[in-house]
Amino acid sequence: MYKILKREVLVPNTVYLKVEAPEIARKAKPGQFVILRVDEVGERFPLSLTGWDKKEGAVEVLFLIMGRSTMKLSSLGEGDCIMDVVGPLGRPTEIESYGNTMCVCSTFGVGPAITLVKALKEKGNKVVSVMEAKDETYLFWEDRLKSVSDETHVVLGDGSRGKHRQASQFVKEYLESGNKLDRIFIFGRVFTMMECSQATKPFGVKTIVGLTPIMVDGTGMCGCCRVSVGGETKFTCVDGPEFDGHLVDWELLIKRKRAYLIEEARAFDLWQLDNLRRIAELSELPERVSVV
Amino acid sequence: MAEKSKLNLNRVPIPKQAPEVRKRNFNEVALGYADEKALEEASRCIACKKPGCKEGCPVNVDIPEFIKAIEEGNMPEAVRILKSKNSLPGICGRVCPQESQCEMTCNLAKKGAPIAIGRLERYVADWERAHPEITKQQKGQISFNDKKVAIVGSGPAGLTCAADLAKLGYRVTIFEALHVAGGVLMYGIPEFRLPKIIVQGEVDYVKSLGVEIKLDNVIGKIATVDELLENGFDAVFLAPGAGAPMFLDIPGENLSGIYSANEFLTRTNLMKAYRFPEYDTPIQVGRRVAVFGAGNVAMDASRCALRLGAEEVYIVYRRSKAEMPARLEERENAEEEGVIFKLLTNPSKFLGDERGRVKAVELHEMELGEPDASGRPRPIRKPGSEFIMEIDTAVPALGTRPNPIIPSTTRGLKLTKWGTILTDEVTGRTSKDRVWCGGDMATGAATVISAMGAGRRAATDIDTRLRNSN
Ligand SMILES: Cc1cc2nc3c(=O)[nH]c(=O)nc-3n(C[C@H](O)[C@H](O)[C@H](O)COP(=O)(O)OP(=O)(O)OC[C@H]3O[C@@H](n4cnc5c(N)ncnc54)[C@H](O)[C@@H]3O)c2cc1C
Ligand SMILES: Cc1cc2nc3c(=O)[nH]c(=O)nc-3n(C[C@H](O)[C@H](O)[C@H](O)COP(=O)(O)OP(=O)(O)OC[C@H]3O[C@@H](n4cnc5c(N)ncnc54)[C@H](O)[C@@H]3O)c2cc1C
Ligand code: SF4
Ligand code: SF4
Ligand code: FES
Repeated sequence: MYKILKREVLVPNTVYLKVEAPEIARKAKPGQFVILRVDEVGERFPLSLTGWDKKEGAVEVLFLIMGRSTMKLSSLGEGDCIMDVVGPLGRPTEIESYGNTMCVCSTFGVGPAITLVKALKEKGNKVVSVMEAKDETYLFWEDRLKSVSDETHVVLGDGSRGKHRQASQFVKEYLESGNKLDRIFIFGRVFTMMECSQATKPFGVKTIVGLTPIMVDGTGMCGCCRVSVGGETKFTCVDGPEFDGHLVDWELLIKRKRAYLIEEARAFDLWQLDNLRRIAELSELPERVSVV
Repeated sequence: MAEKSKLNLNRVPIPKQAPEVRKRNFNEVALGYADEKALEEASRCIACKKPGCKEGCPVNVDIPEFIKAIEEGNMPEAVRILKSKNSLPGICGRVCPQESQCEMTCNLAKKGAPIAIGRLERYVADWERAHPEITKQQKGQISFNDKKVAIVGSGPAGLTCAADLAKLGYRVTIFEALHVAGGVLMYGIPEFRLPKIIVQGEVDYVKSLGVEIKLDNVIGKIATVDELLENGFDAVFLAPGAGAPMFLDIPGENLSGIYSANEFLTRTNLMKAYRFPEYDTPIQVGRRVAVFGAGNVAMDASRCALRLGAEEVYIVYRRSKAEMPARLEERENAEEEGVIFKLLTNPSKFLGDERGRVKAVELHEMELGEPDASGRPRPIRKPGSEFIMEIDTAVPALGTRPNPIIPSTTRGLKLTKWGTILTDEVTGRTSKDRVWCGGDMATGAATVISAMGAGRRAATDIDTRLRNSN
């Protein structure tokens, strides 16, 4: 059992948790994730590590409320326990002195982005960060990202901050105006990753994306997380989760992510019916948003 | 014992759930012998001077002796004899391929009626489970020494090694990647063949010996083998199985609705998708399911598919019936339940719909040619024999390879060309000092009893080694 030490609702559909897991905290590196199972009947699902505190023996995650599992997780409070937390899984990000780098993030991608930006800075890279959100309501941790990056740009979907509505438009223009990038990292919504990868391709900028297929075990045992990269089948949990965005078969990823839409909706509705009281007790009513 | 006047060649059948009933539930298929039936079967054993049966058993269970104890009505003694060689009789009695092991070499096999050793073994184990007070008395007090052993993986190899070492007084910690202990016994072999409560019972027994089981611990990630050795463990036994699935490697295989057998069985057994939405993990089977391959794993997957509600389930296999690697009993069970065998048939590609779900598979017929490296006739494609079969779900059940996490994170472990860890068959030693290995990770996919045997041999060698080290 893994105790929740801290819980915070960041924006209406996104929750941050700090969870006691000293052994995972000791080994965690940027780019890695954990697999959770909330309770006895729960499914196994992955969340990226947003941070870790070796001294306190805790790891941090932040997640978007999507369906039954994340809703269940969001309904736990400080002092409650998560049944299983496994990790740190996946390969850590390759971090070297690249020179000029960029880190793009949307929704929960802000979490992994911040740990990576810090690590990139430690290696002497220049880091420009780009944050994408639907509107001001869904924007969080702007100050945190700013405090670790050389430059931070915010792109809002309603166009209320500057002329861009999508991070990919920003990236495209950034490169078109002659700025050089040695490497770019993208985390969060699949569309953000896909479109930014398309934007960087003509410029030949090495593009790293953190893929989020459906997983079960997270240890290379089931093959559920398979993706196609450069025409080869890879298991995201052991070969990834980070891959070259120019080589990813995005259509396949999106289709596989949508394989259980009917079952997920059913499970979510049933859970809500059974837990109406608990949901009402949660301060902010979460909204269901699509990340694909 | 009463004199045996003449040979009794009437093997006592084991009662089973009727096929039309069982194919829609996950309860155990074989129901086990009632007392008088067990006695009847036990009394058929002729207590041979040279018992062939023992030679066929990879761990040399004292078969005539435990059978005699059943006959004499001395069940605690039967338990003792059995358990002195086999710490998981409730499991082996159910899943050992007896027809190619102990029952094949039973002296009565030549007469076509070997003693039903597995079923008797199961009978003894079930009796023990129903009389827990007996084992408690037998266990006695263990005094611990100051040596610590780490075991990676809680499948049959890991559990056996742990139990043996704990009985010798070692402080044993098992590290298990999943959220339950038991390995394939928990996530692979379905409930209707091996009820999970029995596996849980064996795991609890190992814990009762003082073994600590740390779940959710992926060695290589949360700690490496080298770190275990540096941080106080005197020896490490590697038993992570051979869990990585193989695929057909044909176009369309990444469509949704195509599951590796591992994924299909894990969702079903470990995550209890057959009880969705009470349990959160979903699974999709649809109306028509094709399972590729013909080993035990394929039989398990096809029979699960039926129980999950599929109307037509096919086993597609490129060779003929004679080459099917699955146990005869499981093949018959599958056939009785209505699984359809498409033999001498192989897939060439999968076809999907606009949502990226599999909707059909292209198959072609095969002929058998000259024997290949495995000694089995090589299947050759018949030109122009292609045809399309509509399906809703496909399950490649082609076997597994060793998972690379341990080999790739451990310094100085020599591997074989199959990716298994190079291991001495007798002692279980690897090329790395203080590291032993056993089970599927050493041999490639094999059997429960061979994994147990390896766990036991490694425990013996670890004990010798650590005893002599000071
Ligand atoms: C490596 C990795 C890191 C991730 N990191 C984060 C993160 O830091 N924060 C975050 O909010 N989300 C993250 N995700 C996505 C997260 O796992 C899913 O949003 C979550 O599982 C949804 O579960 P649900 O039951 O709430 O929703 P559901 O209604 O069940 O599903 C909603 C959607 O989530 C996806 N999904 C469903 N089940 C799984 C599963 N078992 N594994 C993966 N995806 C699934 C599917 O695309 C599905 O359509 C990550 C995914 C991966 C693979
Ligand atoms: C579907 C199926 C049906 C079968 N049917 C039969 C049968 O009828 N009869 C028979 O005799 N055999 C059968 N087998 C084969 C038999 O189950 C295996 O040979 C046996 O379980 C191997 O035992 P093991 O201890 O080596 O490994 P496993 O049982 O595979 O256990 C290994 C354990 O190690 C864990 N692990 C892996 N990597 C790590 C890591 N890095 N850190 C921590 N833990 C880790 C795994 O999660 C797993 O729990 C079947 C196999 C399958 C898949
Ligand atoms: S352990 Fe297996 S092979 Fe040995 S006697 Fe028992 S059933 Fe037969
Ligand atoms: S070989 Fe068969 S008949 Fe002889 S002792 Fe063994 S089980 Fe009994
Ligand atoms: S999640 Fe099972 S292999 Fe990656």
